[in-house]
Amino acid sequence: MKTWKIAALMLSVVLPSASLATDLEVTHWWTSGGEAAAVAEFAKAFDATGNKWVDGAIAGSGDTARPIIISRILGGNPMGATQLNPGKDADELIAAGLMQDLTDLATAEDWANILRPASQLESCTVDGKVYCVPVNLHSAQWMWTNRKVYTDLGIEPPKNFDEAVAAAPALQAAGIQPFSLAQGWPVGLMVNDILVAQAGVENFVKVYKDRDLAIAGGPEFTKVFESLAAVRQFVPADKMVPQWNEAVGLVIQGKAGANIMGDWAGGEFAVANMVAGQDYDCLPGLGVTPVLNTGGDVFYFPKSADPAVTEAQLKLASTLVTKEVQVAFNLKKGSLPMRADVDLSAANDCMKKGLAILDGSDAVFPNDVQMIDRDSINQINDLFTEFMANPDMAAADAQAKFVSIIEAAPK
Amino acid sequence: MDRPNPFFRNKWSKAASLPMMLIVWVVFVCGTIWTVLFSFTNIKILPLFTPQQWMDGFVGFANYTRLFKTDRWMSCPGITKILTEDWEFKCAGALPNMVTYAVFSIVISVSLGFLLAVMMDQKIRAEGVFRTIYLYPFALSFVVTGHVWAWIMSPEYGLQHSIRQLGWESFTFDWIADRQMVMYAIVIAGIWQGTGFVMALMLAGLRGIDEDIWKAAKVDGIPAWRTYLQIVLPMMKPVLVTTFVIVTSGAVRIYDLVVATTDGGPGISSDVPSRYIYQNFSANLGQSLAASTVLLVTMAIVLIPWIRMEFGKKSQA
Amino acid sequence: MANTTAFDQVPSGKKPTPFITWQRFVVYSVLGVCALFFLLPLYIMVITSLKSIQEIQGGNIFVPTMSPSFDAWEKAWNSACTGLYCEGIKVGFWNSVKITGPSTVVSIAVASVTGYSLANWPFKMSEFYFTVLLLGSFIPYVVMLYPLVIITRWMGIYSTLPAVVFVHTIFGLPILTLLFRNYFASLPQELFKAARVDGAGYWGIFFRVFVPMSVPIFTVAVILQITGIWNDFLFGVIYAGPTNYPMTVQLNNIVNSAMGGKAYNVDMAATILTGLVPLTIYFVSGKYFVRGIAAGAVKG
Repeated sequence: MKTWKIAALMLSVVLPSASLATDLEVTHWWTSGGEAAAVAEFAKAFDATGNKWVDGAIAGSGDTARPIIISRILGGNPMGATQLNPGKDADELIAAGLMQDLTDLATAEDWANILRPASQLESCTVDGKVYCVPVNLHSAQWMWTNRKVYTDLGIEPPKNFDEAVAAAPALQAAGIQPFSLAQGWPVGLMVNDILVAQAGVENFVKVYKDRDLAIAGGPEFTKVFESLAAVRQFVPADKMVPQWNEAVGLVIQGKAGANIMGDWAGGEFAVANMVAGQDYDCLPGLGVTPVLNTGGDVFYFPKSADPAVTEAQLKLASTLVTKEVQVAFNLKKGSLPMRADVDLSAANDCMKKGLAILDGSDAVFPNDVQMIDRDSINQINDLFTEFMANPDMAAADAQAKFVSIIEAAPK
Repeated sequence: MDRPNPFFRNKWSKAASLPMMLIVWVVFVCGTIWTVLFSFTNIKILPLFTPQQWMDGFVGFANYTRLFKTDRWMSCPGITKILTEDWEFKCAGALPNMVTYAVFSIVISVSLGFLLAVMMDQKIRAEGVFRTIYLYPFALSFVVTGHVWAWIMSPEYGLQHSIRQLGWESFTFDWIADRQMVMYAIVIAGIWQGTGFVMALMLAGLRGIDEDIWKAAKVDGIPAWRTYLQIVLPMMKPVLVTTFVIVTSGAVRIYDLVVATTDGGPGISSDVPSRYIYQNFSANLGQSLAASTVLLVTMAIVLIPWIRMEFGKKSQA
Repeated sequence: MANTTAFDQVPSGKKPTPFITWQRFVVYSVLGVCALFFLLPLYIMVITSLKSIQEIQGGNIFVPTMSPSFDAWEKAWNSACTGLYCEGIKVGFWNSVKITGPSTVVSIAVASVTGYSLANWPFKMSEFYFTVLLLGSFIPYVVMLYPLVIITRWMGIYSTLPAVVFVHTIFGLPILTLLFRNYFASLPQELFKAARVDGAGYWGIFFRVFVPMSVPIFTVAVILQITGIWNDFLFGVIYAGPTNYPMTVQLNNIVNSAMGGKAYNVDMAATILTGLVPLTIYFVSGKYFVRGIAAGAVKG
């Protein structure tokens, strides 16, 4: 049973030696244009090590893919590596001893010092052992605008959310959607972004992390809910699209002025050959306060009985955090690299803005998943979705429900 | 029915039913017990199976109290004012939506399916063409056909838009964007998808009726429509029951249809239990199992008395 | 409605009457109007699949294109991308056949025999089994996913073709058993008695009396199973193992991944292409919906 550990040790010593090619199936749900291009960088780099990346893309979202991934692990025929959300989700799999321990590799390559911010590697660490590889940093607080839509109407392209709202009636009159929006989690993302931008990071964290009901029910949040009620008319329910990338696509095509979405939207603009600052604007913190939260994608490696697979898994883990792969992958994905010691001269405007914020670490705050349980997040999402789609729902009612969800959330 | 030798008579019957018995015990009974038991635990993502794990994760009725506090599952605001003047029985949420969908889709698709089957039974030309036309929706993956329905029903670029362009300015068909009407929009798509199969089932039932019945009815001078309603329909009762169960179970499990046409929108006004269960499945498994248990218990309460009534007597006859 | 001529005809297997009566007119009108309702989405799918992306984005969904092109069909079959691979939906075609064939045969074999036992040879507890099966048809599939992973793993077949056949048999069992049980129960019981008197046993009656009389219901069962199994995505991807992924895995990936704007024309073409196998079976199944099988058996 210790074979994998021996293999891991051997690997860390004789890393460059040519081993036999092993096929490694990798599951993930990255299938949009920008995402697929980014994954191709991983595959290319892994194939170059003499192994073979067998792509197991499952389109949809984590909701579709997760039961499939868990079934495969449970059934005793796991994939070689898989994308999975860190934190509570994976903890159960780790506790059940189903995941490959990467600690030796992490120590040998000194991940603790080359990867930043520390919070990302921490979320991969359970009881001092490393179980996953963080591959990038994502932030959700971005507003994306198509400059041409505004300039064509003789309006100055908005520099923040409030300006975009001010310009909304003019866009609507011209038959253009002021804001595009996708159903489901993008609604929650948008509302949370507006909460952060208008009520401030400090209050947001106090509510989500410390469960401060006085703030959740207080005047700052009342103001936000009221302004959300005013914004509702610019995102009517019948104009919502099913997928986030379609909503971004509407901005790219000039059918919508702005979209609030995470930095991964940048990958779609890149695929469409648009230039940041010229064709489109990206506004971190919705242009109000430049803040970003830190989430990111990670890969886990389900334990395998086959030492050759284990060896290939460690090789892949090591490949994912090399400098070249980090740069190539993140440029395509639109996310920030995990390493500070890489050359990012090729980065576009948006990425540079993000990096600048990341360096001033007080502007960085935790992801909602790290602050509150998933069921409460789902309930909050449902509430926001309902609130944005139902013009009859009063701001005060929505706020009262929001407070009760926060109150009921397990500590 | 005479039964000469009960033991000999049932030997092969039991042997042939063995696979079914195994499946019933191992899959349905054990699977259901597992579902009910672990709905009392706080498992989140990884399913567990041992008694020790059950005891470790036991949280009592927490998942259930949470479930019934969730508006998305069911909210009946008026019901708290029961016996007062403001009382109204109006519920929203996934569970009531399913009931609305089930009632309308069952009534419409069963009656339309029977009507079509009778028409198809009139020795018409091109029966194969008509049958294929009614059945094809059943064959296509709903992921995309649902999207086409969303287009057709969209006030923005669907039927409403096109008919207004033709000059009928006041024409309105915006159910899919209307929170009160959206379930009926889904019923339309559901009827489109499921009626063909009901028709095929009814047609098979009609074709299984002895020709002599028709001859006898003809001799007695009974008009054809009365033969269908008063003689043939009662004879088809077993097939009707089958149809009813198939359509109902489809309505209870409705998932793809909603995901593809509205994805629960506008807001969460067209959510259904299966979608709720599926969305919690890989994040909050215990909660998902609690919702399944509620669904299962509801079905059992409704169905078991009916099954006893419907099938209980017959085997003793 | 009518009480003369056409409706009064005793169906006797002759060619349709050539005369157009108003009853005929009503029949064809109802069938025709319903056919239009059913065909509308297909019409939109076909014309959309022939349009270019620009036409789809700009145009009216009901208006056909002036310059139809089959590029989307070619792309859907051969080169649409799913993740890193761009091989279209053709990849999983034979896997779908390999899954659908055995699953349909096994599930119908098990269910028809079970239905026959429950209807004609009831045994101790057969009521109980039937009740559980009926309730089983109301369980959301997804709840049984994990228990079935454990069961198939324990049987040693997880991630193989037999596992997915097994799972389809399980989920087909409740509805199919009900279908056969009720159909067999509706057949004239005199036949059963007569065969018993002639000394036929369990299998003899099943194969020589019941099966020949039940061709229409077997056809319905085949339609039900082929459609359900061919279009299934979740069981295929969970139980069959990566080497046996059915076509729907590609279809799902193509439809749900947008490479810079949704390619609706490719989605539509891929959907119709995936549906061709069940569609062909529907069309061919026609001759098995014959009237008078029961009558023929009585006399023979």
